[in-house]
Amino acid sequence: MDPGQSAVLPTVWEALRTLSSSEDGDCILSTLGSLKRYLGGAESPAPPGEQEEFARRHFSDVLRCLVGRLSPGWLELLPDGQLEDLWASFFLEGPADQAFLVLMESIEGAASPSFRLTKTAQLLARFLRAGRMAAVMEGQCRQRAGPAFPPLQDALLSKAVGLPDHLGNRLRRENLEPFLPQNYFPLLGEEIVRVLQALVDSLRGGWDCSVSFLSQVLGKACVHGRQKEILGVLVPRLTALTRANCLWQRVCWRLVECVPDRAMEALLTGLVEAALGPEVLSRLLGNLVMKSKKAQFVMTRKILFLQYRYSTPMLQSLLGYLAMDSQRRPLLIQVLKELLETWGSSSAIRHASLPQQCYVSKAVLICLAHLGEVELRDSREDLLASLMAGVKSRLDSSLPAVRRLGMTVAEVASARIHPEGPPLRFQYEEDELSRELLALAAPPPAADSPSEASLAVAPVAAETTDRGSADRGIPQARPEGTGSDLDSDDELVPYDMSGDRELKSGKTPAYVRDCVEALTSSEDWERWEAALRALEGLIIRSPAAAREVSVELAKVLLHLEEKTSVVGFEGLRQRALVAVVVTDPVPVAEYLTSQFYALNFSLRQRMDILDVLTLAAQELSRPGRLPKTPQCGSPSPASQPSSTQAPAWRAVVEERIRSKTRRFTQGSARRGPDASPNEFNLVAGYFFFPLIRHFDRPLVTFDLLGEDQLVLGRLVHTLGALMYLAVNTTVAVAMGKALLEFVWTLRFHGDAYVRRGLLSAVSSILLSVPAERLLADLPDELLEARPWLADVAEQDPDEDCRVLAVKALLLLEKLKGTLLPLSSS
Amino acid sequence: MTAPLPTMAASPLPPPDPQFVLRGTQSAVHALHFFGGARGQERPLLLSGSLSGLVHIWSLQTRRAVATLDGHGGQCVTWLQTLPQGHQLLSQGRDLKLRLWDLAEGRNAVVDSVPLESLGFCRSSVLARGQERWMLAMPGRGSEEVQILEMPSKTSVCTLKPEADAKPGMPMCLELWQADSSPRPLLLAGYEDGSVALWDVSERKVCSRVACHTEPVMGFDFDSQKARGVSGSAEKALAVWSLDEQQALQVCRTHELTNPGIADVKIRPDRKILATAGWDHRVRVFHWRTMKPLAVLSFHSATVHCVAFATDGLLAAGSGDQRISIWSLYPVRSDASTPLLGHAEGGEVGAHALA
Repeated sequence: MDPGQSAVLPTVWEALRTLSSSEDGDCILSTLGSLKRYLGGAESPAPPGEQEEFARRHFSDVLRCLVGRLSPGWLELLPDGQLEDLWASFFLEGPADQAFLVLMESIEGAASPSFRLTKTAQLLARFLRAGRMAAVMEGQCRQRAGPAFPPLQDALLSKAVGLPDHLGNRLRRENLEPFLPQNYFPLLGEEIVRVLQALVDSLRGGWDCSVSFLSQVLGKACVHGRQKEILGVLVPRLTALTRANCLWQRVCWRLVECVPDRAMEALLTGLVEAALGPEVLSRLLGNLVMKSKKAQFVMTRKILFLQYRYSTPMLQSLLGYLAMDSQRRPLLIQVLKELLETWGSSSAIRHASLPQQCYVSKAVLICLAHLGEVELRDSREDLLASLMAGVKSRLDSSLPAVRRLGMTVAEVASARIHPEGPPLRFQYEEDELSRELLALAAPPPAADSPSEASLAVAPVAAETTDRGSADRGIPQARPEGTGSDLDSDDELVPYDMSGDRELKSGKTPAYVRDCVEALTSSEDWERWEAALRALEGLIIRSPAAAREVSVELAKVLLHLEEKTSVVGFEGLRQRALVAVVVTDPVPVAEYLTSQFYALNFSLRQRMDILDVLTLAAQELSRPGRLPKTPQCGSPSPASQPSSTQAPAWRAVVEERIRSKTRRFTQGSARRGPDASPNEFNLVAGYFFFPLIRHFDRPLVTFDLLGEDQLVLGRLVHTLGALMYLAVNTTVAVAMGKALLEFVWTLRFHGDAYVRRGLLSAVSSILLSVPAERLLADLPDELLEARPWLADVAEQDPDEDCRVLAVKALLLLEKLKGTLLPLSSS
Repeated sequence: MTAPLPTMAASPLPPPDPQFVLRGTQSAVHALHFFGGARGQERPLLLSGSLSGLVHIWSLQTRRAVATLDGHGGQCVTWLQTLPQGHQLLSQGRDLKLRLWDLAEGRNAVVDSVPLESLGFCRSSVLARGQERWMLAMPGRGSEEVQILEMPSKTSVCTLKPEADAKPGMPMCLELWQADSSPRPLLLAGYEDGSVALWDVSERKVCSRVACHTEPVMGFDFDSQKARGVSGSAEKALAVWSLDEQQALQVCRTHELTNPGIADVKIRPDRKILATAGWDHRVRVFHWRTMKPLAVLSFHSATVHCVAFATDGLLAAGSGDQRISIWSLYPVRSDASTPLLGHAEGGEVGAHALA
């Protein structure tokens, strides 16, 4: 027992007794004054030993007692709020950790709306304003010798981070501004910077201290999901402070290292999001990934493989961070290998959604941009193998977006991995994604240009290029402007004149037979082209003449090759074929459907057959089409060989699904002015059944259920469209039955395009077959289809499939709705 | 006007579309002429002459034909021109008649008629400056002759016949004009051999002649202010020629075209742009000062026979596909600082054709 104790203890006891019982203002004032001596700062402070003793042993008791006495009457014992000021000063000037704990404790203990609660909350707000949180945290960081009492630290930690929650719970609607999370966490960030500043200063002075409490606070705040608020303040400050200061850098590394493992992920993702570029990240993190297993896992696996929500700049700064240090570079190579493995795995392609595939592709390209040739050479074999596997499976895909992704990545990656080899070149249309990917593949800017600077430079650069192009524009505008007399206002901008070509001399055939002859035997290419251009109009104008040669003409057109580069060849041929089918549906449709399963056709031709049949069926079923006009609508799906995007008819289907009521109004309108029969009614069977008959019989050159899944997808879509167009026909029920069986056998097909087709086929069955017949003829099938649809709607990796399944389910529900009143009546 | 204002856009503007199209002539359109519509009046009327011998008067307000004149016995109308005084219209037909119509107050009656003696395609030309009497140039009896008449008395003033050894062939197009400074009327004539000649009418002699084309001149237009003209022929080029102080013609330049055959050339009254009617179904628009191509108007599906500009800048093109397309390109600046092409004091009516 040191002698100081005996001096402090009685005084405190005495004071506590007075405080808890006395109603005399002056007495209380003098007691408080005597206690104040132990806090220092008064006129006659107590000796340091006694101060420390008081602070360690008795301070929280005094504070509790003070809070306990808090009531309106007690505060008014002395005039002018003297007592309240004095009361508050104990909390604001005494040891911050105890004051903080007692405040939080009393707030939690107070009755919900009460004077004491309001007062303590206001005091806590003052406490925060006065920057006492920094003192709380600093106190924990400086306990160098004394082993920090873990329960106390835990309590402080949870109170400090959980403050907005606690206060929100207690105060409810009376909550104060500073306690709202969007205000509190930035403040906490500021306070952490202040503490760090103090720590750095004391480190300079040779004092020892620890940042682990700060790390815990930071980690916990991040775990609570407040990365944006706290790191939004912290990261810019730290970025600035660590720029040229090794000590700060080391403190910062230490700060991140000490974060507990369970908070590491939250912190790192927040940091990657908040940091501007790899340089900053590298300054803040140091070689964290090499030291902490958890950090390595988060940075090299979790962010890259398990999630895909991060933006491209984040990916760039993450991978750039890995590339910046020679110690971390092996990790980058490892990451690239794994990424490419994932990219190349065919099951990953099948089961990952398109955004995720894009994400992985971007990561691959960024890695490649960072890695040098020498590093790549060592693992070239592995990389190329995975790359080629991925390209192959992607090119097999029926989805154009996936194919294009494969082509873009393959071009760029092969050029990087194997620069000596022959360059890989695909023909694809550039879109936003491919341009972005190509931009990513460009090597990163020189490492010494910090990204903060490049951000500032970017708008300037853009401006100069703008000006450059404007400069270039002016001389173009007045190339001969120095004429004899100057008209300053002569700025006539030319229109596009690219369409100005030489006129073809007229050799247009006047009869369908002439066209056939010209197309088969003519060596005169002008005549050949003129015949092709004239054909559709001729067929429509003279159907009788066309009928005489219809099958022959269809055969010629189907085998027609583009011998000269005629503009719009595909479209011309297709429209002519459609016109032939429409003019003479039965024999031509029979011919075309038989050819679909014949040997010796290319996939292109088979898909052309499908497109032509769909368009012809659409034309035939179009109401009021009797005034026969050439169908010169939008370019049809087959006019672009590479596109398998949703054809026009599907838009029609979906529009119909969206507003089913329109169907009735359209139906009545159809009957209205010219009551023409649906011409498709008579011939729908010729279109439909031959197509569905042989799909499971593989030929030598054509295997629908095997490799040729693209054609299968087209076939399914075509069948769905034919089904839809056969609405209100007698054959619709039989068609629906056959189609539903067909769908059932293929429902677990691996290709997303095929599945989309199946789902839209189900929708068209539900739309086209009358409800009563559906229930009478196909109840079991419908019952089975329902759980399948629900399953697809929930779990299919392809987004379009999910949407289509939901639409089909809605139609099923509607069907139920139409049947219920029927059965009850 | 709905035409987009040209801006300093980086990419070229898409090719323009006609503002509207007039249908209903039911035969090929061979002559066009805007009538009225200058200086704040209501929109001009458009006159069109067709292969079937009818002259249609179109209202550009309602875009309908307001009247049809039938005076050429079913023979093609090749030339239309209104006179500045009164509402009088001259029409030339392949029935070898020039008809003078009175259009005032809704009348449409033939008031006079001049017999033609040439079966060629040459269009006539008038010189009228608001006086009582005016001058008419038309192809004459001999195949190479041009006849000058004083109207309305129909007195033959003279016959312009090339020298015996010149052999320029038939006149293909004519333009009478008079320089502001001198009282002497001049005649520009394009000939079958591709040359353009300047005649001094009072002295009946050729001042100058220049070979512009190797094929017959099909149409030309002359800008008397700049003393420059442009001509088109059956060949694949436009020729720009000028007239110096000594009244000597010389070819300044030629401009290659994509397709051969120009049926008509007109310079817009404000002398900013010119338009050509092409056998390739297209109308081409050029910057008149620099001859920079500005637009290729492809709308028609048959030969374009004639183009015409209104004083407000509207462009009309008549074609063998029986349609008249109306275009609004490069709006005319309304400042009066630049006098309109060949615009005489009293002449408010389609005066450019008479320059």
